[in-house]
Amino acid sequence: MRLSVVDAERCVGCQVCMFACARIHKEAGLAKSCIGVHSAGGMTNGFVVVVCRACPDPPCAKVCPVGALVPRSKGGGVKFHEEKCIGCGHCKTACPLGAVFWDDESDQPMICRYCGYCAKHCPHGVLAMDGEEDHA
Amino acid sequence: MHRDDPLNRILFVDMTRKSHHVEHRPELFEEAIGGAGVAIRLLEELCPKGADPLGPENPLILAVGPLTSYYPLASKTVAMFKSPLTGDLGESHCGGRSAVAIRMAGYGAIVITGSSEIPLYLAIHGDRVHFRDASALWGTKHTETAARVIREREAGQGFRSIMRIGRAGERQLAFASVTTETYRHFGRLGMGAVMGSKKLKAINISGKRSLPMADFADYRKLYDEIHQGAVASKLMKKYHDLGTPANVKGLNEIGAFPTRNLSAGRCEGFEAITGEAYARGYLGRRLACAHCPVGCIHIAALREPHPEEPYFYKTSMISYDYELIYALGGQLGVADPEGLLLLLDAVEDLGLDAMSAGVALAWATEALERGLVPADELDGCVLSWGDWRVYLKGLEALVEGRTEFWRALGRGVDHAAGIYGGKDFALTFGGNEMPGYHTGPGSAVGHAVSARHSHLCNAGYSWDQKTFYDDPEAVTARSLADALMKEERWRQVLSSLVICFFARKLYSEELVQRSLASVGWTGDLHRVGEEIYRRKFRFKLREGFDFDELHLPRRIFETPAPMGPVNETLVREAIAHVRDWHVLGRTEG
Repeated sequence: MRLSVVDAERCVGCQVCMFACARIHKEAGLAKSCIGVHSAGGMTNGFVVVVCRACPDPPCAKVCPVGALVPRSKGGGVKFHEEKCIGCGHCKTACPLGAVFWDDESDQPMICRYCGYCAKHCPHGVLAMDGEEDHA
Repeated sequence: MHRDDPLNRILFVDMTRKSHHVEHRPELFEEAIGGAGVAIRLLEELCPKGADPLGPENPLILAVGPLTSYYPLASKTVAMFKSPLTGDLGESHCGGRSAVAIRMAGYGAIVITGSSEIPLYLAIHGDRVHFRDASALWGTKHTETAARVIREREAGQGFRSIMRIGRAGERQLAFASVTTETYRHFGRLGMGAVMGSKKLKAINISGKRSLPMADFADYRKLYDEIHQGAVASKLMKKYHDLGTPANVKGLNEIGAFPTRNLSAGRCEGFEAITGEAYARGYLGRRLACAHCPVGCIHIAALREPHPEEPYFYKTSMISYDYELIYALGGQLGVADPEGLLLLLDAVEDLGLDAMSAGVALAWATEALERGLVPADELDGCVLSWGDWRVYLKGLEALVEGRTEFWRALGRGVDHAAGIYGGKDFALTFGGNEMPGYHTGPGSAVGHAVSARHSHLCNAGYSWDQKTFYDDPEAVTARSLADALMKEERWRQVLSSLVICFFARKLYSEELVQRSLASVGWTGDLHRVGEEIYRRKFRFKLREGFDFDELHLPRRIFETPAPMGPVNETLVREAIAHVRDWHVLGRTEG
């Protein structure tokens, strides 16, 4: 499974998804979110919704010097092993989508787990889970 | 409050010395919750008696609350200052991303004092505070220009708020507003002029952080309860579908939609400017404040051909709400939907409070009709009901202060009527231009004695429609005064959390208690609400507000409301009850 942006035109910019993601990481606030919503150069132009698209051949994993990001066997994307991470930030630079978010508090990347908690809280049908069920 | 909650940190910024420091004031937030409760205490503490509202001594206070960034719909920032429009309490609330940005930057309140000799903007990124030269932004024609420049120069995309003033604020018009996130405002009572007097063009604030939580499982459960309550509620449907303009049709039908300077309660051709008509013909986008699933902000797309060049078009995205349609539509007799959108756009562009601007132009039109203002003092703007083209010119002349008359009007309708006459049809209460409800005695008393002078700060308009229309014979001045004051006290609590008043039914007392307990605040809410309410009036009275000298426009007693002419005796007696409660310290009610 992976997270996908079904229809960014319906996004109202409420950022409820970002708060939901932080709660899944057992924090209130916005520091620990793996999803980002920002205006497309001002609210006039609508919103950009940045999610990890679970690349089949993820560039973030390729640049990790310590093997903290490991490609998943099915469905694309990566699994994050935080105990190995040294906080070098190469993964953040490598992701052209800007979908590797950074937690300044732990100095580590925030990597989407494709859990769908954000999609469940999106009030306007912007986000959905798609792809094969994970059985791993 | 949890021990390491950054809410108790207050950022003090001195515009004169270009310095800043942080003070920890846990006791303040424990006693007064946050938002309005904390802001009024800081205003009492920091604003010297008799301060010049446009002088360096007037503090500009922004405060958020304990629920901000924890729970949905706690999405508002409270601003307090001494108002240049009324000369007493200035309070204005704004959503957008302002509240979440202040909280995530690590503050419960921000206090700005002093005044700079050159234009500046503040860039607050968490603990880092920068004073940036805004000379090149001062005087730009469109408010949006400054925002665009700051957006590109400063970091924090997606985690920030940019609060800015336009030309009206720079020129210190008494009802200049502050815009955030293009479409939301600290609209009322002249905060834009206060920023202008400090030479503060904008505040860019950003941050992201985690907030402490003792019991995470309970927190997630309560969060989902509130979230589900919001998305499944009628509130969601009403405010997300048509938005606040849904009220145009209903209020016009009952004859409570102030039209042509409240010479009538119904507007001819109103069908073209209802929420339904705008949704059908123009709705281009809906937006939400940060951490609010409702998304009540409605944006119209207006496509205009270039006046001379074929194949050139301009598409503008213009925010519309009930109060704007009331003030610049109904009050000016403008029922042309596109002409009205252009007026809304102009007010946004100039940085004016839409309500005060509309009422000011409405009063000016009637004053001109009655020959109180010499036509040559209007700089060629022959104001006339329904003529939106001339009102567009009028707004420009007003902000540029083209003549003595326009400069006087820029200080508020009361001030202009004091010079030119026409007090009887000057639609102001305590110096503030009226909001869009001519529902009956409740709204009249509410406008007159509410603690912050907007329709939402009191229950007057809803008391009219629920209690008064049901049985007008059964009400007394005392029952009216008591009902409004009871609701006022509770709304002081809500505006200390700080939740959006649109969610006031969702956030029942029981839910407020539970959500506050989850973030570590416990106390007697009723006692706190009453204390805030009393403090606000103590400040108003200290600065010269006088219940007995309160100007009530004759017009509100002349133009029939839905249940007939408003009973002046009832209104005045109810105001006297409110006075006794505050001045004599009466405790019952």
